[in-house]
Amino acid sequence: MTSISPLLAPAKGVVSHDQPSAASALESLLAIRFFEEAVDGLFARGLMHGTMHLSIGQEAVATGVCAALRKTDFITSTHRGHSHCIAKGADLTRMMAELLAKQTGYCRGRGGSMHIADVETGNLGANGIVAGGIPIAAGAALAQKMKGNDNVVVSFFGDGATNEGAFHEAMNLAAIWDLPVIFVCENNKYGMSNSTEFSMRIENIAERAASYGFEGVTVDGNDVDEVFQAAAAAVEKARGGKGPTLIECVTYRHKGHSKSDKNLYRTKEEIEDWKTKDPIGRFEHKAIEAGALNQDQVDAITEKMRDAVRTAITEASSAPDSDPAELLASVYREAGK
Amino acid sequence: MTERIITYAEAIREAIGQAMETDENVFMLGEDIGIYGGAFGVSGDLYQRFGKERILDTPISELGIVGAAVGAALVGMKPIVEIQFSDFTAQAMDQIVNQAAKIHFMLGGELSVPMVLRAPSGSGTGAAAQHSQSLETWFAHVPGLKVVMPSSPYEAKGLLLAALDDPNPVIVLEHKLLYKTSGHVPEEQYRIPIGTSNKVRDGRALTIVASGVMVSRSLEAAETLSGMGIEVEVIDVRSLSPLDMAPINESVKKTGKVMLVQEAPKHVGFMAEVAARIAEGDALYHLTEPVRRLCGMDVPIPYAPQLEKSVVPQLDDIVAAAVEVNRGI
Repeated sequence: MTSISPLLAPAKGVVSHDQPSAASALESLLAIRFFEEAVDGLFARGLMHGTMHLSIGQEAVATGVCAALRKTDFITSTHRGHSHCIAKGADLTRMMAELLAKQTGYCRGRGGSMHIADVETGNLGANGIVAGGIPIAAGAALAQKMKGNDNVVVSFFGDGATNEGAFHEAMNLAAIWDLPVIFVCENNKYGMSNSTEFSMRIENIAERAASYGFEGVTVDGNDVDEVFQAAAAAVEKARGGKGPTLIECVTYRHKGHSKSDKNLYRTKEEIEDWKTKDPIGRFEHKAIEAGALNQDQVDAITEKMRDAVRTAITEASSAPDSDPAELLASVYREAGK
Repeated sequence: MTERIITYAEAIREAIGQAMETDENVFMLGEDIGIYGGAFGVSGDLYQRFGKERILDTPISELGIVGAAVGAALVGMKPIVEIQFSDFTAQAMDQIVNQAAKIHFMLGGELSVPMVLRAPSGSGTGAAAQHSQSLETWFAHVPGLKVVMPSSPYEAKGLLLAALDDPNPVIVLEHKLLYKTSGHVPEEQYRIPIGTSNKVRDGRALTIVASGVMVSRSLEAAETLSGMGIEVEVIDVRSLSPLDMAPINESVKKTGKVMLVQEAPKHVGFMAEVAARIAEGDALYHLTEPVRRLCGMDVPIPYAPQLEKSVVPQLDDIVAAAVEVNRGI
């Protein structure tokens, strides 16, 4: 069992200026990065099967958003969901075990990378269907409202999801019912191979909120501080019963869409250019500049997160393989449980 | 004591009302279920009794509202979704098939989706091809969904209350021709176990297996057949998933002849599954005649009354087919 320290909101609203908040955010950023680099390596060496979608380059979105959430808040996630799981506090060992097809994985080997959910941390599940989690988030938010508590629900999705009907139906329901839901679009510029220039006529995805009668904002998705501030404002609004917000976080995935991607649809120059805007280097730089963290602290957190991922691999590798004997009895929940 | 007689629609409404009185997490959502009272009048006065928060009128957004029900169910609510016509579930299939059905299994077993989805099914109202289908096989083919088809007011209440107790997604396909039919329904709450088939008539000549509206139609046919000296046994497959074959096999072993009646098109229909299961077991050795399927034609449901009736088994069709099966080849 190994996970990041809980993400802490900054006292004065700027994550990179606040020591405890910056330290927790850096843990999240690095844990996501190292976890995904590790699974990329395991896959390349033939030690992991199936497919996966890496969010390397997009770590600031999950980190900035989850820093604005409480443990009792919920999220729905996507096929590119490792970052959301980790930032919300999932156990890296159980995640790794799932990817390694082990019985101790979050899904007992039945779901793999695209289907990790974690009841403990309010993660209602990654989703293999683009936009599949968005109406589910609206429904979870409806339930919070009916129960009369002030929990909120965040739905993460990509730019491609905003061309799905499910996105539009969920946005409209959230609007008319003033649901405590925050729609977080990770605009990484491509839905698989199709660029946003190809797939939509508008400049900013955030504009889509206007047609449903609520606010949409566009932020630099590679800047933890900008993401956090937008998320914190949206969360406060949602907790106060003032309804949903759409936050578009402009970012970029360094890796291909999935393991089959030959990167034929974008240039090396474009990828290299975005690597210069890497969210982790930028955050470390800002935190050091602001005096919130020093280089020794950054190095220590880096080492701690490398260790955490190594531990996850070691623990997961020694777990038993997932068991076909239990499959048939696992399709339905037994009554009374 | 006289039996209380109410309609199928009233029985469903009573079940929903009693469930909502018993469990504050139960709520209903769907199109025009509020002041309108539901397209088939099922929700009726529930809106006045329970208010707009618990009888939640929705925009025309089948995918969105089923998704909202899935999300609410995941975090402890008990939603009852009404889809105005079962044909419109096509709009919501991602949430039904890829989400609700799979979440418990695929996500490792900690979460489940205790959602009830009710939808009026079947033909007979002149509503043509997009408002008249019998789609039960779609749902029954997806592991993770339970599928029931209540055949009478009594069944409608008992199966719906059982569906609401179930921690899994349950699809309840109600037949539109049954909504105004009446029958005995106890006032108190009772449950009919999902995953059971029900023998509704005893007979020795042959076995008729049917679901939904075809149960009452087969029972009516049985009366005519009885007048001809043919006593048929009728089994109501009230639960398609899980499917209980025991009463069917037992009956087939007794009569040696079986006719499977469904409204849905014949090709890859649910009764093909029943036929296959009979053939897989020792009931097969008791058959003295080939299995007979009496099904809807493999065409979309047409509009004109004479066309619509011609593509779905009617009373006379059941009687004629039963006579043939009874006579033998």
